[in-house]
Amino acid sequence: MKILVCISHVPDTTSKINFVDDDTKFDVQGVQFVINPNDEFGLTRAMWLKEKQDASIDVINVGNQTSEPTLRKALAIGADRAIRINAEPIDGFFVAKQIAEFIKENPYDLIIAGRESIDYNGAMVPGLIAGFLNIDYVTNCTKLDIENGKATLDREIDGGKETLSGSLPIIIGGQKGLVEESDLRIPNMRGIMQARQKPLDTIEPFDFSPNTSTIKFHKPEPKQAVKLVDSDNLDELINLLHNEAKVL
Amino acid sequence: MAVLTYIESSNGKIKKSGFELASYACELAKQTNSSAIAITINCPDTSEIANYGIDKVLKVNSDSLNEFNAKLYSDVISQASTNFDCDRIVLSSSSDSKYLAPLLAAKIDASYLNNVISLPSNLNPFTVRRTAFTNKAFSDTSSSSKNIIIGLSNNSFGLVENSVSLSEEDFQVNLENSNLAVESTEKASGTISIADADIVVSAGRGMKGPENWNLIEDLANTLGAATACSKPVSDMGWRPHSEHVGQTGKPVATNLYIAIGISGAIQHLAGINSSKIKVVINNDPEAPFFKAADYGVVGDAFEVVPKLNEKLKEFNLQNS
Repeated sequence: MKILVCISHVPDTTSKINFVDDDTKFDVQGVQFVINPNDEFGLTRAMWLKEKQDASIDVINVGNQTSEPTLRKALAIGADRAIRINAEPIDGFFVAKQIAEFIKENPYDLIIAGRESIDYNGAMVPGLIAGFLNIDYVTNCTKLDIENGKATLDREIDGGKETLSGSLPIIIGGQKGLVEESDLRIPNMRGIMQARQKPLDTIEPFDFSPNTSTIKFHKPEPKQAVKLVDSDNLDELINLLHNEAKVL
Repeated sequence: MAVLTYIESSNGKIKKSGFELASYACELAKQTNSSAIAITINCPDTSEIANYGIDKVLKVNSDSLNEFNAKLYSDVISQASTNFDCDRIVLSSSSDSKYLAPLLAAKIDASYLNNVISLPSNLNPFTVRRTAFTNKAFSDTSSSSKNIIIGLSNNSFGLVENSVSLSEEDFQVNLENSNLAVESTEKASGTISIADADIVVSAGRGMKGPENWNLIEDLANTLGAATACSKPVSDMGWRPHSEHVGQTGKPVATNLYIAIGISGAIQHLAGINSSKIKVVINNDPEAPFFKAADYGVVGDAFEVVPKLNEKLKEFNLQNS
């Protein structure tokens, strides 16, 4: 079984969010980048499939050279080969077009991406790839088992979950639940050494243009200080919620 | 050119989010000098939608659509958008709509803008404000594509009441087969899901154990709210994963979010930031949540929550 895991290179969850170039670009100064958490759950699930069912794992990223440490980390966790499509990931459409085009030439049985990246939150890359290539797609995927070319998956729905069955090839948008946070792997020294020897191939982008552009970023208005209500005066809290905030 | 909005239903009734979508679609149509059409799938009673300006609804009825299937549902919407020449499609931020949106975008060669919180500030190029960086920032994003799909963030636009008379039209669709089959569905019955709720009562490790969640559930019942929890609580298995809100859990955009015994880690705050009013109840006045909240009570949840519940019951009686 050949697995492709799509890796987004995103600011760490605790990063301060600032913008530069007249608020048109994210300020990367001093920011630590990581594998998008939703992708990392998928990569870890792929590792289980590799270890138990002899799958091979390629990881792919659309990005410039700065994503290479993130791809090396994926190799150190256990992926076999990394591919970087050498282009600025301008929007989800552009990224999905690039990856779909790559898959057309290099078919996979299972394609795993995150349900969304935690930076631009586009929530479209796996779905667009599925649509472009007409491959079955399940997102918000919290469980994935594969046996004899058949997939059983759980999808988180509003207020519960749904169990689906399908067959390969399939594309999923993964999230926590595929594995738990405690299952995530920190690369060990051996993995890091091996990762240096593994192929990290750079390919030039396919000829597509993005279909959106960011005009400007804004940061939320600074918050007003919290209004504290004494715990012996909860009538006041209800009064504020009813008359001031008008949410009751 | 027209605006099409897909209005979701559950148990044969239009979901509440549908009224906000209808309001948005009608205002968008006004702004673009076009008309707004709604489409529903297996929803017998669509009359309420006319209270929010929609005067035409396409009704799709098919047994093959009884269970949600993203591919088939996106086919339905795509056929309607082509037949009625719709270049703007407005979808909700439910899990189902977010699931089908990119499939639809690929099919009709559209730009997909999700987490949208405003009407366009500019029509040429079409520019809307959306949240990004998990609610830590906003992005004014534009698209020059002919077709644009707008994923409207829950509770971000509000309702615009405008009663009109409704014409209903049965819409026939051609459906392919899908390889994906739903084997089973588990849904908590009789409770409100986080995505559909106006009010969410959320609790964290401060509750000390799953056996104390009756306090949270009682308060949620009184408020007609959904219950949610912090990441450690779902990690420890005190509550199901579907209740976990935050950066790696469910995003929450509700009118009122009440956080009980949750310290307010940055990842949690990111997930709930687009809620309008935040109330925190915590015995630690230094908890970071107090910096993110609108109203706060410093106190022991085990004393404050039951007391608040009693007071709210009195409030409900007086206001009913």
